Amino acid sequence: MSFLDYAPAPESRAILSLRDSYGLFIDGEFVDGRGAAFQTISPASEERIAMIANANEADVADAVAAARRAYDRVWSKMSGRDRGKYLFRIARLVQERARELAVAESLDNGKPIKESRDVDVPLVAAWFFYYAGWADKLDHAGLGADPRSLGVAAQVIPWNFPLLMLAWKIAPALAAGNTVVLKPAETTPLTALIFAEILQQAELPPGVVNIITGAGDTGAALVAHEGVDKVAFTGSTAVGRAIAKQIAGTDKKATLELGGKAANIVFDDAPIDQAIEGIVNGIFFNQGHVCCAGSRLLVQESIHDEVVDRLKTRLSTLRLGDPLDKNTDIGAINSREQLDRIRALSDVGVEEGAERWSAPCEIPENGFWYAPTIFTGVQTSSRIAREEIFGPVLSVLTFRTPQEAIAKANNTPYGLSAGIWTDKGSRILAVADQLRAGVIWANTFNRFDPAAPFGGYKESGYGREGGRHGLAAYLAPAPIGQAAVARSAAKPAITADASAPEPTAKRTRRTQKATTKGSKR
Amino acid sequence: MPAPVNAGTALATARERALAVLGGEPDDQTLGRYLHGIPGVDAVGLEQRAAALGTRSIKTTSKAWALDRIIELIDLTTLEGADTPGKVRSLVAKALTPDASDPATPRVAAVCVYGDMVPFAVEALGAAHGDPDDGLISVAAVATAFPSGRSSLAIKLADTAEAVAAGADEIDMVIDRGAFLAGRYGEVFDQIVAVKEACRRPDGTSASLKVILETGELVTYDNVRRASWLAILAGGDFIKTSTGKVSPAATLPVTLLMLEVVRDWHRLTGHRVGVKPAGGIRSSKDAIKYLVTVAETVGEEWLVPHLFRFGASSLLNDVLLQRQKLTSGHYSGADYVTID
Repeated sequence: MSFLDYAPAPESRAILSLRDSYGLFIDGEFVDGRGAAFQTISPASEERIAMIANANEADVADAVAAARRAYDRVWSKMSGRDRGKYLFRIARLVQERARELAVAESLDNGKPIKESRDVDVPLVAAWFFYYAGWADKLDHAGLGADPRSLGVAAQVIPWNFPLLMLAWKIAPALAAGNTVVLKPAETTPLTALIFAEILQQAELPPGVVNIITGAGDTGAALVAHEGVDKVAFTGSTAVGRAIAKQIAGTDKKATLELGGKAANIVFDDAPIDQAIEGIVNGIFFNQGHVCCAGSRLLVQESIHDEVVDRLKTRLSTLRLGDPLDKNTDIGAINSREQLDRIRALSDVGVEEGAERWSAPCEIPENGFWYAPTIFTGVQTSSRIAREEIFGPVLSVLTFRTPQEAIAKANNTPYGLSAGIWTDKGSRILAVADQLRAGVIWANTFNRFDPAAPFGGYKESGYGREGGRHGLAAYLAPAPIGQAAVARSAAKPAITADASAPEPTAKRTRRTQKATTKGSKR
Repeated sequence: MPAPVNAGTALATARERALAVLGGEPDDQTLGRYLHGIPGVDAVGLEQRAAALGTRSIKTTSKAWALDRIIELIDLTTLEGADTPGKVRSLVAKALTPDASDPATPRVAAVCVYGDMVPFAVEALGAAHGDPDDGLISVAAVATAFPSGRSSLAIKLADTAEAVAAGADEIDMVIDRGAFLAGRYGEVFDQIVAVKEACRRPDGTSASLKVILETGELVTYDNVRRASWLAILAGGDFIKTSTGKVSPAATLPVTLLMLEVVRDWHRLTGHRVGVKPAGGIRSSKDAIKYLVTVAETVGEEWLVPHLFRFGASSLLNDVLLQRQKLTSGHYSGADYVTID
């Protein structure tokens, strides 16, 4: 036998207790949708997982109304400390149900269980913990004393990191005192609906978070709804541009996190083995379905052949297959539509004269799969070096000097992220200073932390998520003159209907609450 | 005396190879330029990669194969001041019959003892003494003023020659870490070459040479990488992490790094060098992580006794307990495996 043909090590699905069908989560309850329900499938096997309700315009209106009620009556009046308690509670519940969430995510999205288990879900908990800590410290968010929440936030998220993007959106919005209507992607609604159960478990006041499922038209109706004060969107540049047009002229604030075509720059003095790992992690993590993926490898000409050779050797050890197998490195492409797009753009690469190489791996019969692929001989004018492929496809380009590397890295309509690999610290700083990208990694790639702001330049969108900046995106400065007044008139913020109750089982241990000033007056 | 098949690389070949790679005489300047021209190691990235390899889930048939292979790769070791002929005979008996309750249990690759204990090990092994590739058991001896290496070259060479004359098939030497850290690479190189010469037997064959870097005293990954290249250039048949007397001993990141050097050396010259992590590997779970790291870094063909070893003593019994558990479905206990 071959040891490297590791015996199957599937994560058990027994931990899941899925329903046959899921409704819309509005005002703290699951309700039927009025659109035609659709099914969500596992992209690895094409089997049906569950039926999902479809929100039409009336459902969207209900959800926004519920969010508005919750905002006016409860959430905007609650003290930051009490909002923080709910967020801490959600974070702990995410940790408690981590394995269940990881299995559901891999099942619905197709990503390897080792990624959902070791990356996605721990980061989700981290995001809620981080913003829970901010909830009573909004005076330090950079907007002056006593900043105001915005109101109802409409949040539309993509399918590549379904639960993590939900956390990136919901955690800062709630910490800042907003209420939320969130629409997960059509192909990956499952973990958002399990998250809704967690919200029930956390006894979050009804209406503070509403989760409505559906396709693009549901999202468009949500963004367009006049009751919405803030729009946060992560997804394609095309949709982001449509949203920006749609809300132009209204007073809706927007954060758009869109596409990317990141340059991963490898200098000839790079720590070579770690650089290879970083390149692999940069583009093949999550099957390349990462907006900040290092999809353009810029490698110094003198080490091009060696890097490509080592990269091919390394890619040959990647395991493609069942996302629930703990040894799987490359899971399934999320949908047939996405697979078709990856195939089409790869074919364009071949037509343009680039050389295609794919890792030799067995492709399962059912489901959507694409073997890790690298293109060499790619020119800056090639479409595969310009357009976001959003799949496990790497374009390799070369450069001769740091200036050329910087110029090529910046020569893109996008500007979300970049990577620099060199042993020389001064070069990292000098190059990073000139790259027009929102996130720059040095000698690593695709690392995320709730304290670090994330966002892009140019067509990669505007606004930042994460850190203090991500919080400020859900706040407005206090009207001039009112902050000082509010500060001097600090009043007990806990009222009977606005306090955060302890979870039922723990109410007996409830202790006296300190009076704090609320963040919203 | 059975002559091991893998009787080390011929000295002349090793020297030619080194000269070709270095492009000059192996003095401090040439070696310094070469070793410092090797790309650096990013510590964070290396440790992340090792941790990622450690998450592989080895189950059922793969686990059964791995457990047997771990046993076949063990250098069963006793390196105590209190060692006696009786203790060595007991160790050899354990090496021959690791699990008294299961005769199908494979044998370990070698027993590893101090130089003066070699005659007793050889005698106790009797007909079972030989090449592990043939299912026999080798005798490895630590030499060159193990573990510190702090003595004159003459004594180190005498130490080595005596162990080889007594029947040792493998010599585990230590490098002069002081000389290495002071940048006297030529001295370290020459010592390894001299010890390798001392491994020669009158009949022209040679004991296999394992070069212990004592990575716990080299401290940085860049140093470990340079010392690995140096030991291989000088003709070491194996590079070995540690004596077991210094903490930290073998770690997964350090072993991964040494495997990467061995892989790069093979890419460069087509010549295969072995790796031996030693010290601190006590559980089957940890040992399986090492197997995974070897297989995914240099390839599965390295998982053979002349290219990979575990230097360990307590590891064997943990593997046996896991092995029994696979067969019986339940865990037994420390009294169901024998002490040596």
